[in-house]
Amino acid sequence: MKSYKNIFFQIIIILLCILFFGFLINNLIINLIRTDLGFNFSWLLKPSSFALAEHVLPYSPSDSYAWALLIGWLNSLKVIFISLFLSTILGTIIGLSSAGNNILLKITSAFYVTIIRQTPLLLQLMFWYFVGFLGLKNNFIYFSNILKINNQGIEFFGLTLTSEFSALIIGLSVFTSAFIAEVIRGGIISVPKGQWESFRSLGLSERNGLLRVIMPQALPAIIPGLTSQYLNLAKNSTLAIAIGYSDIYAINDTIINQTGRAIECFIILLLTFLILNLLITNLMETINKFINKKKIYLS
Amino acid sequence: MNTIIKVKNISKSYSKGLLALDKVSLKVNQGKVLVIMGPSGSGKSTLIRTFNGLETFDTGEIDILGIKINSNYNERRIQKIRKRVGMVFQQFNLFPHLSILDNITLAPLNVQKRSRVDAEEFGMYLLQKMGISMHAEKYPSQLSGGEQQRVAIARALALKPELLLFDEPTSALDPERINEVLDVMRKLAQEGMTMVVVTHEINFAKDVSDQILFMDSGKVIETSTPDIFFSNAKHERSRKFLNQLDK
Ligand SMILES: Nc1ncnc2c1ncn2[C@@H]1O[C@H](COP(=O)(O)OP(=O)(O)OP(=O)(O)O)[C@@H](O)[C@H]1O
Ligand SMILES: [Mg+2]
Repeated sequence: MKSYKNIFFQIIIILLCILFFGFLINNLIINLIRTDLGFNFSWLLKPSSFALAEHVLPYSPSDSYAWALLIGWLNSLKVIFISLFLSTILGTIIGLSSAGNNILLKITSAFYVTIIRQTPLLLQLMFWYFVGFLGLKNNFIYFSNILKINNQGIEFFGLTLTSEFSALIIGLSVFTSAFIAEVIRGGIISVPKGQWESFRSLGLSERNGLLRVIMPQALPAIIPGLTSQYLNLAKNSTLAIAIGYSDIYAINDTIINQTGRAIECFIILLLTFLILNLLITNLMETINKFINKKKIYLS
Repeated sequence: MNTIIKVKNISKSYSKGLLALDKVSLKVNQGKVLVIMGPSGSGKSTLIRTFNGLETFDTGEIDILGIKINSNYNERRIQKIRKRVGMVFQQFNLFPHLSILDNITLAPLNVQKRSRVDAEEFGMYLLQKMGISMHAEKYPSQLSGGEQQRVAIARALALKPELLLFDEPTSALDPERINEVLDVMRKLAQEGMTMVVVTHEINFAKDVSDQILFMDSGKVIETSTPDIFFSNAKHERSRKFLNQLDK
């Protein structure tokens, strides 16, 4: 009797699901007909006719929408990978400090992690942009031609970083580093205390012991957490739009406004993000396997 | 005769009030075996761990191999001591991510900067001596407790220490595995290794030790030769403890 009841409920739930998606698809079709746009990607080849302040490759408004999207992706990847690198270094330092023995470092890092994790990223980005950069004087830091920091951004050995880009990098790196620090700390304290005593009793330095004994054992606990922080970082980078940096999301947004191709644009955005995140996940798994197989911590 | 360990009046409390070590003094000469006995919580582990700086203490002074340490934690001196003193733990504490041979060569390679060929050759020699050379390529989790503890002893010997510390090396072993570890320790003692051993193994203490140090509540109650300690202990507290062990 009971199993019949189960099957009955399952059928009802499946029917409800079909009904729900049918409703959504119906909506979509009605909208497509109403806007008279149809569903195609040929518009991608038309000129975008908007300017972009930041582009890695040559770009002008006469270039196609497709090219603009590619520029957007390159801008995004630039931000994501630089932040990923910086947040990992910063997060590791803070994570190690909070797992170590030095009380002052422990308190400082706990304070850092708490403050950063408890406030919204959007707020922090606004802070770095409006308070951090736009609030700066004309020559806030000026070392002849080597390093200039002012309200226009950062100039370092002739390499110019706009204030939007700099604020975004700093904001994302600082925010993500606090989460990474917790992941690192969690991994380290998951290693039994006996392992520390063991390497110490063998005369290994703290640095050597951490590198060759503790970290290799902490890594299986760290890698999944790290991966998920990297995925978050990639997704969080779309907040760039709030401070006017032209990342993929901001450019997508502009294109939707110009062409009304919301559905196609969202599909592009979804698929490209999916691919990026699958790449990050795979890369992390490869790194993990490589470390374990090659035993690089021994050499 | 060279003095290897000289402990003068050391005290330690973890939290205010209770003393884990209470004015402990002792001396161990070269080639001698000191066995430390005492009830649970009497401070045996705390004491033996101060010898290589795994534990700090509040007052007093320790002289290990001529290197003096006191309540001020001196990283450099403790590091010097650790390079010359080996330690074996109750829970083996092998490095699970490294093969048996890598466990043993880790310190020679990184602390003494020996060549890999050198370190591995000596590592294999030690494994042979411990009777487990066939396991060199395996990982700790693939070995029995007794085998793991013998690897731990080989690892402690890899730096050619002048003093070996054992904190209940057989307490985590199955009864039928205890002797294979004790036999190895007997052999080391015969070869003239200076050793401090925290253990409840009466037969080992009787046969191998030169001195028994009995502790209770952080205090040294008595220090005697094994003959006297096991037949005619000076102190009432020691006799009580031995009676309980016999049961
Ligand atoms: N990390 C610590 N923090 C606080 N108290 C501790 C700590 N380690 C040991 N103690 C206390 O110090 C005293 C001595 O402990 P110790 O571990 O040296 O005893 P032990 O003789 O080795 O006992 P066992 O035979 O159970 O191993 C005990 O009262 C114990 O509770
Ligand atoms: Mg103990």
